[in-house]
Amino acid sequence: MIHFVLHDAKDTVAVCVVEGIKKGDSLKGWIMDEDRMIEVKAKADIPIGHKIALKDMAVGDTVWKYGIDMGKVVAPITAGEHAHVHNIKTKRW
Amino acid sequence: MSVISKDTTFLGYRRENGRVGVRNHVIILPLDDLSNAAAEAVAHNIKGCMAIPHPYGRLQFGADLDLHFRTLIGTGCNPNVAAVVVIGIEDGWTKKVVDGIAATGKPVTGFGIEGHGDHDTILRASKVAREYVQWASEKQREVCGISELWVSTKCGESDTTSGCGANPTVGNAFDKLHPLGNYLCFGETSEITGGESIVAARCKTPEVAEKFMFMFNRYQDMINRHKTTDLSESQPTKGNIAGGLTTIEEKALGNIQKIGKKCTVDGVIDKAEMPTHPGLWFMDSSSAAAEMVTLCAASGYVVHFFPTGQGNVIGNPILPVIKICANPRTVRLMSEHIDVDSSGLLQRDITLDQAGDKLLECMLRTANGRLTAAEALGHREFVLTRLFESA
Repeated sequence: MIHFVLHDAKDTVAVCVVEGIKKGDSLKGWIMDEDRMIEVKAKADIPIGHKIALKDMAVGDTVWKYGIDMGKVVAPITAGEHAHVHNIKTKRW
Repeated sequence: MSVISKDTTFLGYRRENGRVGVRNHVIILPLDDLSNAAAEAVAHNIKGCMAIPHPYGRLQFGADLDLHFRTLIGTGCNPNVAAVVVIGIEDGWTKKVVDGIAATGKPVTGFGIEGHGDHDTILRASKVAREYVQWASEKQREVCGISELWVSTKCGESDTTSGCGANPTVGNAFDKLHPLGNYLCFGETSEITGGESIVAARCKTPEVAEKFMFMFNRYQDMINRHKTTDLSESQPTKGNIAGGLTTIEEKALGNIQKIGKKCTVDGVIDKAEMPTHPGLWFMDSSSAAAEMVTLCAASGYVVHFFPTGQGNVIGNPILPVIKICANPRTVRLMSEHIDVDSSGLLQRDITLDQAGDKLLECMLRTANGRLTAAEALGHREFVLTRLFESA
């Protein structure tokens, strides 16, 4: 079972691809570009399609996905937490 | 070995100008909002034709009017259309649309309502529509080479699974079609924000890249002129955010997976313009699904790839819209809308190559006549892009 996927080993967030992820679950993730597996423990319930943080991040840090800049951190995030509009914002507009 | 090669064929309708369509529609095309009632009455009278009502066409001017004409004429010229009846409130602009469509050589007749009224117009237009429908019903499909299929793409109600699964599936199919000499198209200018340098780097020549950046910056300027504090839950949409997409950059990086890993961007067109040579074209366009797909049809594309994450249900009156989805929840809850399920990608049950082939198989079946989910469900969203207020 793959619980989350990421494109690039550099990514600091990954996409949950199964329903019903609960706080405390041990999750298996697939790095697509390298075809390699990693593990992270969920610190929150995370809906399918939503992102899990893979690293601790501070306010102002760049968030990486697809190996590319996808925005900035606006509230502190620790690995395993739910990463979304409450802690990440666009750098545009 | 892919499911397609240069020798692959499909059964299409060859039109008078040599272009190939995959549908055989007779359409009743209103010039303006006032003519919708007559157009719909004709389509009600005569079985087998289709009215395409819309809310615009009065007191437009300048570039906005040019786009109106280009879109209506392009819609009539599309090879999926066998013949056209145009109805407008007056004769002058009606004739302009008729003349534009007549350049293809296909049957087209226009009717102006003023001086006649709805009753007489409906009677006269119905007589012509009846002749067109019976004539078109005898058209036979013939064997056509795969490169004659013009294929466009645009995604909608995306979520994070779009960028991981459904959009790369389209990209894989585009990577396989591009070397065969197909006309391909993508667009959604605002939705490339954050990935514009990636698209520019994929442009075949510096001239193409320059034109792309001109279109991109023109759209950014428009957004900056009109925005308030943000894009008011439009980019990303509420649906995108509910699906897990957080920023426009993230959405854009997922969006551009649709142009694959190998395709070059070979040309740039403005809205509803017709591409002039094979290859992948960027069309400056809105990211609103029905607007973009309507523009693709007006540019001459005959099949559309539409990846979705949360389940956009869009269709188009003349362009078959093939839906691809990699979100297992959406596939389960909204299966009647999904033509190609690529959710297996996210569990490594299938490879990207297999997912791309599955889409190409569906493309060929659709080209041969199989109705898409959107066609079977009656989705005929025809939405004209406006550039500014009417006079």
